Amino acid sequence: MGGSRREAALAALTFVALALLPLAAPAYYLQFGAKVLLVGLAAMALNLVVGFGGLVSLCHAAFYGLAGYTLALVSPRYEAASLFWTLPLAVGASAVAALLIGALSLRTRGVYFIMVTLAFGQMLFYLFADTDIAGGSDGFYIYTRPELALGGLTLVDLDKPTGFYLTALATVALATLLLLRLTRSPFGQALAAAHENERRARALGFPVYRIRLAAFTVSGALAGLAGYFASVQFGYVAPQMLGWHFSATILVMVVLGGLGSVTGPLVGAAAFLGLEEVLKAALPDHWALALGTVILLVVLLLPGGVRQLADAALGPLSRERPPGKPLAAAEGATGA
Amino acid sequence: MDLVTFGVQLLNAVQYGLVLFLVASGLTLVFGILGVINLAHGAFYMLGAYTAFWLAAATGSFWIALVGGVAIAFVVGMLMEDVFVRRLYGRDHLAQVLLSFALILILDEVRLHLFGKDVHSVAPPDFLQGSIQLTDTLSYPVYRLAVCLFCLLVALAIFAVLRWTKIGMVVRAGAENREMVRALGISFDRVSRYVFAVGIALAALAGIVVAPISTVYPGMGDGMLILSFVVVVLGGIGSVAGAAIGALAVGLTDTFGKVFFPAFSSVSVYLVMALILLWRPNGILGRREV
Repeated sequence: MGGSRREAALAALTFVALALLPLAAPAYYLQFGAKVLLVGLAAMALNLVVGFGGLVSLCHAAFYGLAGYTLALVSPRYEAASLFWTLPLAVGASAVAALLIGALSLRTRGVYFIMVTLAFGQMLFYLFADTDIAGGSDGFYIYTRPELALGGLTLVDLDKPTGFYLTALATVALATLLLLRLTRSPFGQALAAAHENERRARALGFPVYRIRLAAFTVSGALAGLAGYFASVQFGYVAPQMLGWHFSATILVMVVLGGLGSVTGPLVGAAAFLGLEEVLKAALPDHWALALGTVILLVVLLLPGGVRQLADAALGPLSRERPPGKPLAAAEGATGA
Repeated sequence: MDLVTFGVQLLNAVQYGLVLFLVASGLTLVFGILGVINLAHGAFYMLGAYTAFWLAAATGSFWIALVGGVAIAFVVGMLMEDVFVRRLYGRDHLAQVLLSFALILILDEVRLHLFGKDVHSVAPPDFLQGSIQLTDTLSYPVYRLAVCLFCLLVALAIFAVLRWTKIGMVVRAGAENREMVRALGISFDRVSRYVFAVGIALAALAGIVVAPISTVYPGMGDGMLILSFVVVVLGGIGSVAGAAIGALAVGLTDTFGKVFFPAFSSVSVYLVMALILLWRPNGILGRREV
């Protein structure tokens, strides 16, 4: 696990450097940085089940969006709600949804799992897009951002780009710490073991279903955490937040960053969103085509993500498994 | 609900189910034979509808649009198999999901440049216009009846090919146990290409025949893709008969859900899927884990 220790040190250094960014960068970059961090958090959450658990889920956008919608629905229109109760409520809603969807979806394997998670995710999408619970397909405004205050004293002003950026950064850093500890704990080892060889893990007496369900729930809750802050940032929620295109997009980020590490998806999110900005600026009419082509080439030529490029240039960095191998192993284990 | 209304809704449900079957049977066979999960399947349904609109507007004939659209889809399917899908054989599901997602982005862009992003409608052929008067207030469009009949014929043709032809036998055997068929020395190269192209052509055909009923719009493929997945999950992967059962179940649930529980109509189909999963995690006719 030396690799993971080195990863933790590298992550800590990066977070310290990112905390200094407000001293140098203008507000636009802070807003973009916060967006990258939050989408990256959703991708890290997804990676817990995809990279470590070997379960390709296509419904994480639903957990991300559900937390945002929960905030939007409970926020009073003219006064700020406290973050101290809206955040646990929103994350809790995502966790409950993940628990229920996971309990059903994890009864299936492989490609069924992909299809079932996709279908349940879209169920939540249609629930918000087709009914007028929260503005239907037009979306819903959060007129007043929640406040982070104690006894009338504002601790951090979330309306200011710097305050919001630092809050997002602290949240992502805490989540990274949690994920690093979780993947190294006996629970994380058991999750990886079930991925490596399900039959053997079962024979050794691991409660594979319960372990996976726990991982799926934690992962859904963390995606909800990202979605909560994302909706605070934009002051707006729309059904597209829950749609499966976003699930697939964060999956691309996971693969782009490399499956084997906790923080890889953050790098993947930065690479993806950065590329998207560049393409939108350079090719305003064809950026989606260019983006699709890039994804296509990455999948065909770079199964290990951007890390593979870095490895080719610099020699192997920290890595616990060779790229691409974990999923092949999982497939062998389930007999596909 | 009186008997006539019930009959009309039942016809709607069956017609919807039959169209779903055309899309889902391709999806289930492509997975069963090629081992590839294709998220871009819905995009071909959408492209089929747009191609039909374009051909119908250019030639003025629905029939040319029908035949031309299916032919174009078949050829595109052959090319797609050769250029992209072939590279996915034996790759893990994650790579397949990502590659077909990239294809959706690309195909959407292709649609934007070829056909634009407007919502269109297509006129049904002349002799199928009009409707049958059932009671003083209720009538049923002839075209919907024709769609029912046509899809039923196509479905029967699919079953006949699978049941009585040599290639159908290979396809059925392959869906049952791919490795065993390979071990018996039967080459899958040609079969795979035809199965993929026929799957794409069926998705496009479904898009073409519903074009006169619903409108032609950019997001139409997404909803169809999700429902086809529900159908495949219900029926069991690789099973065409399962897809038929699943498609009718979804058609009935959706149509009667809208009639009886309008507030929950958008989730009723998924609730049925949840119940089936509790009962049979591998689908009604599914036998193997994939």
